[in-house]
Amino acid sequence: MTYLYNTPDDQAAMLKSIGVESIEELFATIPSDLRLKRDLDLPPMMGELELTQHISALAAKNASPATHACFLGGGSYDHFVPAVVDALASRGEFYTSYTPYQPEVSQGNLQAMFEYQTLICDLTGMDLSNASLYDGGSALAEAVIMALNTGKRGEKVVVLGTVHPEYRQILQTYFTHLGIEIIEIPCVDGVADLAKVEETVNADTNCVVVQSPNFFGGIEDVAAIAEIAHKNDAVVIQSFDPISLGLLKRPGDLGADIAVAEGHSLGSPMQYGGPYLGIMACNEQFVRRLPGRIVGQTEDRRGKRCWVLTLQTREQHIRREKATSNICTNQGLFALRASIYMALLGPGGMKQAATLCTQKAHYAQTKLSEVERLEPVFSSNPFFKEFVLRDTQGNVEGLLAEAREAGFLGGIPLGQFFPEMDDCFLVCVTEKRTKSEIDALARTFSLIHSGGSTIHA
Amino acid sequence: MRNQQATQLLSELSRPGRTAVSWPACDVPEQPLEELIPSNFLASEALKLPELTEGEVVRHYTNLSTKNMSVDTHYYPLGSCTMKYNPKRNERLASMPGIVDLHPYQDESTIQGMLQLLFELQGIFSEISGLPACSLQPAAGAHGELAALMVAAKYFKSIGEDRKVVLAPDSSHGTNPASAQMAGFKAVSIKSDPNGGVDMEDFRKKLTDDIAVLMITNPSTLGLFEKNIREIADAVHEKGGLIYLDGANMNAILGIARPGDFGADMMHYNPHKTFSGPHGGGGPGAGPICVTEALEPFLPSPVVKKQGDNYKLEFDRPQSIGRVRSFFGNVGVLVRAYCYILSHGPVGLRQVSENAVLNANYLLSKVKHFLPVPRGERCMHEFVASASKLKQERGITAMDIGKRLLDYGFHAPTVYFPLTIPEAIMVEPTETESKETLDAFVETLFKITEEDAALLHDAPHTTPISRPNEVQAARSPCLRADFCST
Repeated sequence: MTYLYNTPDDQAAMLKSIGVESIEELFATIPSDLRLKRDLDLPPMMGELELTQHISALAAKNASPATHACFLGGGSYDHFVPAVVDALASRGEFYTSYTPYQPEVSQGNLQAMFEYQTLICDLTGMDLSNASLYDGGSALAEAVIMALNTGKRGEKVVVLGTVHPEYRQILQTYFTHLGIEIIEIPCVDGVADLAKVEETVNADTNCVVVQSPNFFGGIEDVAAIAEIAHKNDAVVIQSFDPISLGLLKRPGDLGADIAVAEGHSLGSPMQYGGPYLGIMACNEQFVRRLPGRIVGQTEDRRGKRCWVLTLQTREQHIRREKATSNICTNQGLFALRASIYMALLGPGGMKQAATLCTQKAHYAQTKLSEVERLEPVFSSNPFFKEFVLRDTQGNVEGLLAEAREAGFLGGIPLGQFFPEMDDCFLVCVTEKRTKSEIDALARTFSLIHSGGSTIHA
Repeated sequence: MRNQQATQLLSELSRPGRTAVSWPACDVPEQPLEELIPSNFLASEALKLPELTEGEVVRHYTNLSTKNMSVDTHYYPLGSCTMKYNPKRNERLASMPGIVDLHPYQDESTIQGMLQLLFELQGIFSEISGLPACSLQPAAGAHGELAALMVAAKYFKSIGEDRKVVLAPDSSHGTNPASAQMAGFKAVSIKSDPNGGVDMEDFRKKLTDDIAVLMITNPSTLGLFEKNIREIADAVHEKGGLIYLDGANMNAILGIARPGDFGADMMHYNPHKTFSGPHGGGGPGAGPICVTEALEPFLPSPVVKKQGDNYKLEFDRPQSIGRVRSFFGNVGVLVRAYCYILSHGPVGLRQVSENAVLNANYLLSKVKHFLPVPRGERCMHEFVASASKLKQERGITAMDIGKRLLDYGFHAPTVYFPLTIPEAIMVEPTETESKETLDAFVETLFKITEEDAALLHDAPHTTPISRPNEVQAARSPCLRADFCST
């Protein structure tokens, strides 16, 4: 087989050295009645050419940027990835290396992770960052675990209804069976109702979870929410969009104690939802509670600056059932990509990217709202790069299906997450969308409305 | 060869005014920002990110990359982590347009190719495990453990039983007890017997009526197949409990034995180990889980189903534990696993395990003459030697040996794990190493055991840095460039 190195002669020599007659004999410790007596029922072996043709054929059955203009967001975003990110991250020395448990031969990864932590702190305005977690949703769950494990606060978790619905589902999965009460505050106007927050958050509250920009794209008044939470000695957890911080105030400046994010938009592709990058940053008080891997700076025996995995006594391989979490990995390669992305863009590039998203999204909102059957929802709320439209004819699925025929992934139907919004859809506009694509989408929606034939993007 | 700049941090290389991107001009009519977003939400100053040119970024990271050992550059005899060759074709295929650029909320009609791939992979994982139902959602092995234990918790709840105890051998991965605790169970440790298997006496003593799950790594972290597995599984099942198989070592038994056939009710795969996804310096991996039919309703949603000629995501799963991760899962890693499996076929996959086991036993047969292997003459895919005797006689530790190997261009084996063997040196050659490489490794290892102890204590000598002060790193954490707390 392709990746096996030893020839039959080698194998014979090795068996002789071991002192057995056959490879079969090496499996003697597996009781015979537990052995599989047939071949696995799997597709036959494919050579590289056949496999390439097979995967190409599967890929051709999918819509992609080559066939459709993507206006989908909702936590996964079609942002531009500079060539440098792919070129550097595809160096085998990075992607085929192991967890840096041997710091002497892993300084490349360790320094990159340390720089990632630094860049995330710069981006978020927080004191500390770990070296990344699985994704934005599970990072949020880990943030709640960290809040619950720290200090002598209440046991109730308050979550705003504008937090990504899937993230809220993850919280339910992680906590309900442990008997921890999760209180969701419905947000009827697309952003948090501060009076409701004030009314709900009390001394029993352990933490308040807010997302800004939220699932509908709206910018929340995190500072005001943080004030209410802190008055009640509750921890503030903010889920944020890293690209938005090119323009918006940072979680650390708004009073967040823990900031988490889905970080794939910093230089990684959408790849159908994963692998992604769970960002977690926090205040210094959590330093010995922060889950996941952390890299620290130190010196070697010759006094040279270097980096190592540190504070490992929190971790599962040492504390086992007393660990602060069961996580024993990070998303090293995607943290690397995010670092390279931020290093390339710098403050100016980040601001430009965020500005382009904002300008284009607002243009799109105006333009699409001019379509007769569409109207903006939550239109008085400030938003970043996503907004909600209502199909006044109540046929979101039909409208989007026709737009697909014309070459647009035009939006995410919201009925699947919010039954009361089954006439609404979420539209996202990144810096990649052009004016002509936006105009064409508006024209297409108009044509669909007027029953005319649609045009292709 | 290396100048000062090559070891500087991004923040030290930064100079105001430099940039590496040129975004296009805004092609829509621009509005004053303050009219779009109220100024109290807008940042008042620029981010403090470094400012660099493209060439500087490229040089910086390229220089960093050369300070890593990797599978592409070095042999990694790393036990329990399966560092095998990562086929280049998988990288290209996983990065193809139409695979890498799909949005997770695309309408199902626009992702039939991807859903077909994922559906087939669910079936493939089920066939290899002998467990008929599969969820691809968990993001890592430990995440799979957690999800599966939540499945178990929900299952027991559904039949009205309140079971609290999860048993795990003391040689198990630390994630096992940590996951059990996070899923709301009490983790209880079982002793190992002198041969490295489960101590049956201790097992029977701890097999109480409120046992929920026994977690077992089989083949074990010592590289041994648990010969009593059937008896253990039967005893747990008799009490109404479930068996969880930590699938970290599946690369030893592909097509040879199936966890479902030897009594497991649930398991996770580490596709990045068994099916050769690159480790990425720490991730990403993935942690798909397979379970019995009885546990299927509790799997996280969504799962992929086939309806006629169409593939669909099934969300309507009333008994499901819910979601453990956003979107579908670590699809990029799963695509690589799919490609790896199709590259082998049923016969090739079995040969993978045969050759992994052959290589491990070959190494064992050579190493045992100078580094005792306390638990057995034979192994599966890995074995654990001990430097205890060397430590007593000459003061040479497992760590010293590992560090000295770095000087000779070999990655260190896993040391000090499992905790049940003193001065453990855990070696896993994998099937993608040649006899010549294994011979060179053994010769080097032997040479090191004969070297001067002082030389070893100071090793490594030729790497970019010498041994770092880890105590200082933990005592006064310095976790970012401009902020070192004391």
